[in-house]
Amino acid sequence: MSLIDLKLHEAADKLAAGEVTSRELCEALLSRVEEVEEKVGALVSINDEAIITAADAADARRAEGKALGRYDGLPITIKDNIVEEGVEARCSSKILDGLEHVYDSTVVKKLKDAGCIIFGRANMDEFAMGSTTETSQIKKTCNPHDLTCVPGGSSGGSAAGVASKEFLGALGSDTGGSIRQPASFCGIVGLKPTYGLVSRFGLVAFASSLDQIGPMSKDVKDSALILDIINGEDKMDSTAIPGKITDFEASLNGADIKGLKLGVPSEYFDVEGMEEDVKVSVEAAIDRLKELGAEIVPVSLPNTKYSIATYYVIATAEASTNLARFEGIRYGNRFTDTDPNSDEPEIMQLYNETRSRGFGKEVQRRIMLGTYVLSTYDDHKFYHKAQQVRTLIRQDFEKVFETCDLIVAPVSPETAFKSGESTDDPMKMYLADILTTSVNLAGICGISVPCGTDSKKMPVGLQIIGPALGEKKLLQAAYAYEQNSGLKLEEAEL
Amino acid sequence: MSKYEVIIGLEIHVQAKTESKVFCSCKNSFGAPSNSSVCPICLGHPGVLPVVNREAIHQIVKAGLMTDSDIARYSKFDRKSYFYPDQPKNYQITQFDLPFCANGKIPIGGKGLSGEMIEPRDIGMERIHLEEDVGKSVHYSGSHSTVDYNRAGVPLLETVSMPQMHSADEAYAYVQSLQQIMRFGGISDCDQEKGQFRCDVNISLHKPGTPFGTKIEIKNLNSTRHIWLSINHEIERQTEILDDLEGTGPNGEDGKLPDQETRRWNDARGETVVMRIKETADDYRYFPEPDLPPVVLTDAQIDAFKAEMPMPPKAYREKFVNEFKITEYDAHVLTLDKSTADFFLAAGSKVKKPKAVANIMMNQLNALLSDGEKSLDETKLEPDHLVQMVKLVEANKIQKNAYAKLLPILMEEGGDVEKIAEAKGMIVELDTGALEAWVDEAIANNPKAVAEYKEGKQNAIQFLMGQVMRASKGKAAAPMVIPMLKKKLS
Repeated sequence: MSLIDLKLHEAADKLAAGEVTSRELCEALLSRVEEVEEKVGALVSINDEAIITAADAADARRAEGKALGRYDGLPITIKDNIVEEGVEARCSSKILDGLEHVYDSTVVKKLKDAGCIIFGRANMDEFAMGSTTETSQIKKTCNPHDLTCVPGGSSGGSAAGVASKEFLGALGSDTGGSIRQPASFCGIVGLKPTYGLVSRFGLVAFASSLDQIGPMSKDVKDSALILDIINGEDKMDSTAIPGKITDFEASLNGADIKGLKLGVPSEYFDVEGMEEDVKVSVEAAIDRLKELGAEIVPVSLPNTKYSIATYYVIATAEASTNLARFEGIRYGNRFTDTDPNSDEPEIMQLYNETRSRGFGKEVQRRIMLGTYVLSTYDDHKFYHKAQQVRTLIRQDFEKVFETCDLIVAPVSPETAFKSGESTDDPMKMYLADILTTSVNLAGICGISVPCGTDSKKMPVGLQIIGPALGEKKLLQAAYAYEQNSGLKLEEAEL
Repeated sequence: MSKYEVIIGLEIHVQAKTESKVFCSCKNSFGAPSNSSVCPICLGHPGVLPVVNREAIHQIVKAGLMTDSDIARYSKFDRKSYFYPDQPKNYQITQFDLPFCANGKIPIGGKGLSGEMIEPRDIGMERIHLEEDVGKSVHYSGSHSTVDYNRAGVPLLETVSMPQMHSADEAYAYVQSLQQIMRFGGISDCDQEKGQFRCDVNISLHKPGTPFGTKIEIKNLNSTRHIWLSINHEIERQTEILDDLEGTGPNGEDGKLPDQETRRWNDARGETVVMRIKETADDYRYFPEPDLPPVVLTDAQIDAFKAEMPMPPKAYREKFVNEFKITEYDAHVLTLDKSTADFFLAAGSKVKKPKAVANIMMNQLNALLSDGEKSLDETKLEPDHLVQMVKLVEANKIQKNAYAKLLPILMEEGGDVEKIAEAKGMIVELDTGALEAWVDEAIANNPKAVAEYKEGKQNAIQFLMGQVMRASKGKAAAPMVIPMLKKKLS
């Protein structure tokens, strides 16, 4: 077994036992990156030297008996929209070129405080807007299970790199499915925590009321391990939930789902474009959960059909303001080809030029959409209405969680498709988010766990959804399923 | 009397005094080197989040309580979008529909800048909301512009009056009253030169009984004098235009001013000039700030704020008029600033006739302060000094004319009033023997005056009185001298 095959929790055990050093781990991963990155394209940047320096420091601490804890020396990759001091965080955009950040995001600080090594930055859809990673302005990411297919998105780099074993685990961010859907496409585990469980300070905002950072990993236990590190209150984020939980991983020991009530919402199976293979795999997983002792109950989430419209009004409205700061005045790229004879003031020309050339088409489309829906705020046509429907969607879940512990459903109606297939048709891309956006709108938690493959051997994900702060139960159910699924999941061959 | 009624509303931005900025921990201080009091949050770097400063909330609630406003139990922040380089995020965190304070009152009164007295009344204040200030742009004409972001994120209280003022004097009185409240509350120093108090004026004219006229906005007024001058200029300017427009409407009705203009005051030219013409209504695309949870204030919290609320100027005035029995006008003058009001409150509470203290403050003291261009705080004068002075007069130990001599000494050096009076020979001589000697001397040395008095010239006794005072070096007890003179000459 090669070091790159290790799970994070296994690597942690081996580090603790002195069977491996952080440097050995990082070197093995760096040569894997050397070997396959050209094909996969998971990373937008990686600093080998800094990684080895940090690994040596971790090893030295451990040798002296001063390890910072169980996680000291573990390499973890972060998505390109998470800020680290002294490093560019470009959100896979051209507009932020050259901005070396001057502070650490809270999650990076927590990783560093735990001794973790920031192992490169993962590719993503530009500003997390997309579900294939194809809107990245930096590079193309391919699905390791079939390089002609997309890895999903927006956290496509994080998912592809875990699946290709370029790194052991990663952070992604999920605004409408951006962790769960690429996890599903790449056959890994991805968790979107309850809104506020993980601080957003230093996550470049797409839609502030929906964004949440979460773990992406080879197995459920690793997601629990990462969540143990990154969760917790933060005085820099007023929307962060008070308190800190430290035993997500520990609580998996002896996890049992006997007697657990699992709701199956019919609305999540009767959606347009649902592939038969996906349905079959997910239904088989539900049967397996039943065999393992769970009670399956049919439930209804009647407002699911409004989730896409609601999501795209709220997310784009927030995004149009969040992205207003990128105009080349204080940082990043500035395009100054202004026309002195123009009627427009020079400053307006600079804004227009910088934003037209710095942002990609999808980002521009969403900024315009968001600007439009907010322009009508006064007559409550869009934004106000969307907030009302959002409340209804949240209430749907609250009602269902009175009768069941967790909800099980597919993550996406489809498996990974060919690159270039969706980019011409944004509506098709938006509609594919139908099974994931409601969780963000309701602020609750959801996980994607591999549950088989389709006829083309592309992975299918099972989505388990839990109530607010229901992560423990969610992880326990996912873990119990993963350990007893009886599936033999094939690794990506590169 | 003009045939038009003037309608004035004021929007005033007041910078709140706090340790740190409203959404980050940078210092809220004026005069630091450019861009030295900044951080990723107030510079709007990618990924940052605002956290609201509790002290700023305390300040706005205090402002609300001191203006008799309703304090919202539930309020929230909103984003206001517009692009400008001094606005780091290109949206401002402000409050749209749920401000902290609503329905306040600003009392006006005193004397206007024209010298006319203002009829005391309350002007309604629609709201006060909390928002962040923007940076400061400096334009180097033709070449480039720079921005200093030290000011970005300084807490601003935006106060919006009701359109209830009708003259430049009333607007002036409103501004003065609002400044007093902010200063008395320790909410803001309202230093206009430091940009802590910035005023926009909305003004329209109409004939009574007809709908309001076109509203003209005069922006960025940084001096109380400019506010007053620009309003008067605008009244003249609009009156002329309206006179010309009389009866020019399609159905013979009066025409209106055409545009929703924004103007500014050009002090050199002494007139308002066009800044821009609003072609369409601004669309700021307000929506609730998702990074900040709504602010909930409990009754208990508000009661606690109330308990520690400083006394507003109006409460001082009421006490001075009702308990200290001084006039409305004197009360107004003595509450122009907090140190004067506190001074008078302290001194007035310790004497039988506070009016006597008020008179010293309004007359001798005021003159000395304005001659020396000093504020009360900058002198060594204490309220007890005035108390002692008044008590010494009441006890006939010194005379009122000693005030003018004592005050400069006390202001400069402080000290014990009676001892100073003694040392400077200001203690009144009450001994009848001594008095009689001076009286006799005056009668003996001034036969002409004595003769005149005896002929019936009452004024002559004043002359003799002056001679007594002169001989006694001012020490003779004046109230005892005149009867003595009269008796000796009868």
